[in-house]
Amino acid sequence: MHRMNIVRALAGAVLLATSAFGMLYGCASAPAGHAVDDRAAAMMKSSFKAHGQATLDRLDQDETQRLCSEYAGRALPQPVVERIEKANLATIHFPADGKLVGDWKSGEKIAQSGRGFQYSDDPKQAAGANCYACHQLSPKELSYGTIGPSLYQFGKRRGYTDETRRYAWQKVYNAQAFSACSNMPRFGHHHILTDEQIRDVVALLVDPASPLNQ
Amino acid sequence: MPRTIRRIVAGIAAAAVFGGVVATALADSTADEIAKYRDALQDGNPAELWEARGEDMWKTPRGPKHVSFASCDLGLGAGVVKGAYAQLPRYFADAGRVMDLETRLLWCMTEQQGYTRADATKNVFGNGSAKRSDFEALAAYVTSQSQGVKMNVPLDEPHVHEMYALGEKMFFYRGGTHDFACATCHGEDGKRIRLQDLPNLTKVEGAQKAYTTWPAYRVSQGELRTFQWRLNDCFRQQRFPELVFGSDASIALTAYLAGRANGAEFQGPAIKR
Amino acid sequence: MADPMKIRANAVGDSTEVKVLMSHEMETGQRKDAQGKVIPAWFIQNVHVTHNDKVVLAAQWGTAVSKNPFMSFKFKGGAKGDKVKITWVDNHNDTRTDEATIA
Repeated sequence: MHRMNIVRALAGAVLLATSAFGMLYGCASAPAGHAVDDRAAAMMKSSFKAHGQATLDRLDQDETQRLCSEYAGRALPQPVVERIEKANLATIHFPADGKLVGDWKSGEKIAQSGRGFQYSDDPKQAAGANCYACHQLSPKELSYGTIGPSLYQFGKRRGYTDETRRYAWQKVYNAQAFSACSNMPRFGHHHILTDEQIRDVVALLVDPASPLNQ
Repeated sequence: MPRTIRRIVAGIAAAAVFGGVVATALADSTADEIAKYRDALQDGNPAELWEARGEDMWKTPRGPKHVSFASCDLGLGAGVVKGAYAQLPRYFADAGRVMDLETRLLWCMTEQQGYTRADATKNVFGNGSAKRSDFEALAAYVTSQSQGVKMNVPLDEPHVHEMYALGEKMFFYRGGTHDFACATCHGEDGKRIRLQDLPNLTKVEGAQKAYTTWPAYRVSQGELRTFQWRLNDCFRQQRFPELVFGSDASIALTAYLAGRANGAEFQGPAIKR
Repeated sequence: MADPMKIRANAVGDSTEVKVLMSHEMETGQRKDAQGKVIPAWFIQNVHVTHNDKVVLAAQWGTAVSKNPFMSFKFKGGAKGDKVKITWVDNHNDTRTDEATIA
């Protein structure tokens, strides 16, 4: 404990030295180092207040969030990539009955809905996954986002196999199992969607009858 | 080359060019139509109604101490409004902190006009004619007086520099149920949510275009919304708890984004969907 | 008393171009509040514009006109320095009149 404080003090001193240097030579780059991360995190926490279901613990970062914040804007070193993907893969669990595919019509509704988990949302209402905010899915829906890749013909392109169904389940459950620091929310791991809802989203992706695969 | 063959070659070349053009044209036409709609909205921006109210408010003595904003120093001298917004946020020695426009207005309200913080912040974001926000009216007026002025946030000043650095870290802070950071939506070129284009705020051009068009009359809100509102509403959608009005994080993020907009001409109050 | 309108009137050739921004909630009566109660209709029903006491525009509005309405129109005649007067009346019989000088 004591040694950590000395290390922190030294880091702080180094930070002061570098920021003084930075000040002399203009503001071209912000001071780096853990001290700024810690102070930024502390300032975040003191600048928010709980509102409805959005409680302050939502600001507590898990290891994935912390690492992804730390390396934001830079290339992730391979060991960090592996660490994050391994940890997130371990969170994935499958439904007890092994049924991974539900009803694509419900899946489409879930993909269209942007509700859920905001302090303005009714916690009693089911959350949506808001897939269309970031992805193209059914070609009938023109109002789609481009933050994520198009999912058009997801099942058709990969083949209607057990492997595809399993991958779709895992990806929706925890996308960071395959893509460290992905922008995609971890729908299963963070209990944004229920197992039932994930099945329906999977159906939208892999059911041959789904509009997405036409 | 025989005439028929020349015709065939010309036809194939035209088809190739046309095909490519059609694909891009279809993608562009939505963006073009939206741009046309925006142009049509420029005339008669309801923000002018807020500007008129704000100007009235600025000049009228108010509060328990019955003082107008003529004694409020936004950084260019007491009561000086022209160009003031373009150099905010800045450090204020009398308050001992870096402040953006709204925190500075709040400071003048409490320290000079005698309001309590609770009274002054009773209604920071308006909701219809029955629930109006003084801050939104004042911001409309003050920012209108920086129209055409180049952004010049004093980034070399140590306190502002510090807030800028902290704001940059916060921009990339992933959290909440959905692991969202500001950068999740605003960290790449050419992205959109549904059909709403997203500025890449990690690039100077993106920050310049975005920051210089707030405050804005949001047609969908029917209200004049400020940068404090924009930050607050982003965090709501990020599934974070509520950003406190005038908090350190709000000032740090504003310092970061306003600072990156330096050099660009301020264009507000604007009008947005 | 309702908020003042912002009026701009400019002489353009032998006509006058008028642009007016009105401050009004323009509730359609279709919206519901957070508790599910209908927000009552409240909108401008009549607008008329006079130039030198002659009516140059008379309008009857309904709920299709949006909040904080902006109207732009031209009328024949009018010279620099003349007065243009605009009045609106809403379904609560509230009214507002503002004047502008043609520039």
